[in-house]
Amino acid sequence: MTDTPLGPELSLQVSEIFRAEHGRIISGLIRRFGDIDIAEEALGEALVVALAKWPADGLPPNPAGWLTTTATNKALDRLRRSKVRDEKYAEVAMIPPDEPPEPTGPVVDDRLRLIFTCCHPALAEEARVALTLRLLGGLTVTEIASAFLSSEAAIGQRITRAKAKIKQARIPYRVPDHADVAARLDTVLAVLYLVFNEGYLSSSAPGLREDLCEEAIRLTRQVRAVAGPLGPQPEVDGLLALMLLLDARRPARVAGESLVMLPDQDRSLWDAAMIDEGHALVRACLALNRPGPYQVQAAINAVHTDALDASMTDWSQIVQLYDQLMVLTPSPVVALNRAVAVAELDGPQVALALVDALDLTSYHSWHATRADLLRRLGRYDESRAAYAAAIAATDNAAEAAWLTTRMAELRG
Amino acid sequence: MTQYLLAVSHDGTENFDALTPEEMQPMFDAVDKFNNEVREAGKWVFAGGLAPIEATTTVDNRSGQRIVTDGPFSESKEYLGGFWIIEAADLDEALDWAQRGSLACGARVEVRPFDAA
Repeated sequence: MTDTPLGPELSLQVSEIFRAEHGRIISGLIRRFGDIDIAEEALGEALVVALAKWPADGLPPNPAGWLTTTATNKALDRLRRSKVRDEKYAEVAMIPPDEPPEPTGPVVDDRLRLIFTCCHPALAEEARVALTLRLLGGLTVTEIASAFLSSEAAIGQRITRAKAKIKQARIPYRVPDHADVAARLDTVLAVLYLVFNEGYLSSSAPGLREDLCEEAIRLTRQVRAVAGPLGPQPEVDGLLALMLLLDARRPARVAGESLVMLPDQDRSLWDAAMIDEGHALVRACLALNRPGPYQVQAAINAVHTDALDASMTDWSQIVQLYDQLMVLTPSPVVALNRAVAVAELDGPQVALALVDALDLTSYHSWHATRADLLRRLGRYDESRAAYAAAIAATDNAAEAAWLTTRMAELRG
Repeated sequence: MTQYLLAVSHDGTENFDALTPEEMQPMFDAVDKFNNEVREAGKWVFAGGLAPIEATTTVDNRSGQRIVTDGPFSESKEYLGGFWIIEAADLDEALDWAQRGSLACGARVEVRPFDAA
């Protein structure tokens, strides 16, 4: 890259660079200075300098490198000036910059250490999500608060508390030993999946939150890239595939203000490149023969996205995959999804019996599934009541709109 | 190195009185073994098991007037059964010791760092 002439889009460019490189820069600073607050303050100061300097000088050839160097100098200046410098120097000395690689061998990216710190099981789950988006994703507290429709004060406090606990309890900035890595990666994947799900069907935003889906995919790609040296991680691949195969259908999932369900979607709107990538990932991770819940869910979605139209779906394969998922992660919600597939294979009567046996009366999808099965059985009054219960139970306006349409279409 | 309190948390569902000394012995042996492992690793600071919760007496002298009452102040069902204080490099190491301590004593263990300041 050569010096870029200035345009009105400079600030957009800077914020894109800042977000894309945030995880890499901040994780290196945290490793160098052993303190999240020092790293964040220094990077904040470096950004201020950049925004003052770049409009006059143009973008430096390597903006991320420039920010890292400037932030490092800012942190060192601050430490030298600091009244508590002895103490801070002592803290810095705890994590020397030239610390040798992990005793277990693999040379790891600083971002991977940071992900394991942010997603440590000793932190509350909401705090893991907020801290991951803040530090790895480079989102501001304002952006995180708006993504989760929470107040800035609440998110800020959550992040502050998590950072205090990391410091006080000495949550390590380290990748766990090989023996623990798969189990600890699970907490990381769970955080990324939560971020994606909040985007895919927001509990309180009117429709979808594409930005959260994209952020989750971007972070999962990062985890996948940086976890590479730890050996094959089929569940990471499975989660990425699952997100891609779900997100590929996004253009067909909403029409106007209403959700469009899978059977009714215009499949020509699906993103073919994402589906291809998802299918390739599914094939590769399943070939490792270490199945896990994300891989199986990805495989289910691969079967769906394989069908040129809904009637060509291989339902027997989907039921088999749900059987496998029930073994890996038995839950009433998985059983409900399995029943939906059973309805296609064995008819609505069989499926309804399965659904009615589940204790999910506060779950909107349970009511919506019952409503659809009752409709197909011609039991319209019961179907109407079930649609009403589903509408009352959902928090998502686009889903409520779809359910209302379905209810209005009932005969009888 | 940071010092961590590993607090053995009882929730009142354990009925130690109902157990015979013979039934208690495997737990004592397991805890002895664990204590030795902590010592041999050089992580030991202090540890102790406490007498039953009924043996507690509360002193309140906040007003300058000593008030002595029977039993713990808190109505909480959970109470401290005993504890270890260990040295550990970080929380992960402390959690690993707590995992083994919990199995040895058959109770939940709360891990809390001492204030470094």
